Amino acid sequence: MTITQSVTKPPALRDERVTKRNPFQKLLARPEVGALVGAIVLFVFFASVSQTFIQPNAFATVLYGSSTIGIMAVGVSLLMIGGEFDLSTGVAVISSALTASMFSWYFSMNVWVGVVLALVVSLGIGFINGWILMKTKLPSFIVTLATFLMLTGLNLGLTRMIGGGVSSPSISSMDGYQAARAIFASSVNIAGVDVNNTVFIWIALVAVASWVLLRTKVGNWIFAVGGDANAARAVGVPVKATKIGLFMAVGFCAWVLGMHNLFAFDAVQSGEGVGNEFLYIIAAVIGGCLLTGGYGSAVGGAIGAFIFGMANKGIVYAQWNPDWFKFFLGLMLLLATIVNLYVKRRADASKG
Amino acid sequence: MNTRQIDQQQLLKDEKDPLTHTPVHLLSLESVGKHYGSIVALTDVTMAVDNGRVTCVLGDNGAGKSTLIKIIAGLHQHDEGVLKVMGEERKFGSPRDALDVGIATVYQDLAVVPLMPIWRNFFLGSELTTGVGPFKKLDVQQMKDITKKELADMGIDLRDVEQPIGQLSGGERQCVAIARAVYFGAKVLILDEPTAALGVKQSGVVLRYILQARDRGLGVIFITHNPHHAFPVGDRFLLLKRGRSIGYYDKKDITLDELTSQMAGGAELAELAHELEQLGGHGDIVKAVQAEVADVGDAR
Repeated sequence: MTITQSVTKPPALRDERVTKRNPFQKLLARPEVGALVGAIVLFVFFASVSQTFIQPNAFATVLYGSSTIGIMAVGVSLLMIGGEFDLSTGVAVISSALTASMFSWYFSMNVWVGVVLALVVSLGIGFINGWILMKTKLPSFIVTLATFLMLTGLNLGLTRMIGGGVSSPSISSMDGYQAARAIFASSVNIAGVDVNNTVFIWIALVAVASWVLLRTKVGNWIFAVGGDANAARAVGVPVKATKIGLFMAVGFCAWVLGMHNLFAFDAVQSGEGVGNEFLYIIAAVIGGCLLTGGYGSAVGGAIGAFIFGMANKGIVYAQWNPDWFKFFLGLMLLLATIVNLYVKRRADASKG
Repeated sequence: MNTRQIDQQQLLKDEKDPLTHTPVHLLSLESVGKHYGSIVALTDVTMAVDNGRVTCVLGDNGAGKSTLIKIIAGLHQHDEGVLKVMGEERKFGSPRDALDVGIATVYQDLAVVPLMPIWRNFFLGSELTTGVGPFKKLDVQQMKDITKKELADMGIDLRDVEQPIGQLSGGERQCVAIARAVYFGAKVLILDEPTAALGVKQSGVVLRYILQARDRGLGVIFITHNPHHAFPVGDRFLLLKRGRSIGYYDKKDITLDELTSQMAGGAELAELAHELEQLGGHGDIVKAVQAEVADVGDAR
């Protein structure tokens, strides 16, 4: 323990007890390091077993697959760092897509009206999740499980009631469809390779989320409410607003992906989406977000999604039976959580 | 028995608001009470906090100490009585309200987020930013520098403000929390059992920071169940028992002996000894404890 001494000496520019850490040591302290190592190992592995895997076109497909998980993983990672959990994300994506298509179709409006309404609905679902959670103080597992079940029912029920089927009616001939498709579901040709727009949206979302998390007040609050909500509240952090905001951010991501799903085809199956919520959570966890909150990164979630994309498509390119995919995913999840556990223990260790 | 207790009017005479020179307390409670449903947690508590004074709140577990500070800190609201800040009646809706009038609390569980770096914890809830509008960002370098400097000023020499605060020892964490409150312009500093979980040496370090905060002109409320920690640093002592005030003394009017025996409840210990003896327990040991309690003044 240090003892009070008169602090007259000018503070040294660098404390002699802190040896300058080299970049490698700095990297090891990052939350996503486990995932990064996993991603590199997986990449090298698939590159060595399959010739096609490293070809630009195939790689663009891997990136596209990763982005459809990654867009949601951004929101889910932030939410998990904030100490909460959302099981309704998978079906919320479909709810958003259905809202846009059914509304535009039923009222024969420009699809953009539906798109905007879907955004409102998605943010609303997030708000309701967060608000109920804050009001009741129930675990988010229970609240969002209830939302998940209700949304699953609503998706099926309302689609049949309004459209008379299990799939939403095609909206490909409606006003605004082409423009919306150009934004949400087309691809850009880069040096002869078609890269889907979702890849760019994904990267942009990760960049924005990282910046918010590490360089803004709100980011500080997200870490704090996840790490210790009571402590955060006691020093004046608006805990409720932060958590509700996080659920709404997840809603926003669900809207982006929902719009992609809608405009990539022109109709949506109302029963889809069930089970996807776990893929987003897995991506976040593999990426180093602690289930208990307070630790993680947006980049980590992105790497988690990339691992998912590589394993998913890599097995196909390696011409293996896709049955093995789930095994891979499970193994990655287990290894990643063990690494995370080790990191947290080290961070928690008190010198006493 | 309580003839030497502080009289409210008497207390107010010596205190002057530095700006208006009117007699006013930095913070005062008058007959404050709080109940949770049918459970009365606190009733009829009167106390005052002034610049450069340490008010110790003493009491055993369940005496209502925590309830008292939660009311002052804005975590709970009182149901009875009046809480005044600079002579103005207030009722805090949230910890933010209390912070805004300069009441900062260092909690028993420290109100720090273990996984976050020291500098982020230091500025949590009051972050410094640069830039405007949506591009407002944290002023990371300045926050790190200030954290390092403020902690050095309090005599805490840290290796790296980037390390998670969970890696610090209990005493160091307490000191960071106190330095934080002092830096953010707290006028009233509430310390909730800061020495409860600490060893002898570390307790001493924390007590020293309490005096440093006092010398900087803060009104300090020091909550503890240890009269040995309270007596050397305190100017006034409020004793709580079962949610009631059982004494409010100026330092010159009470000795450590009296403080200890009031806290431990001398009569109750005798009763306990008797009871244990009847149950076939070692009543003599309790008697020895009782004797020790009486001797405690000499032991210091």
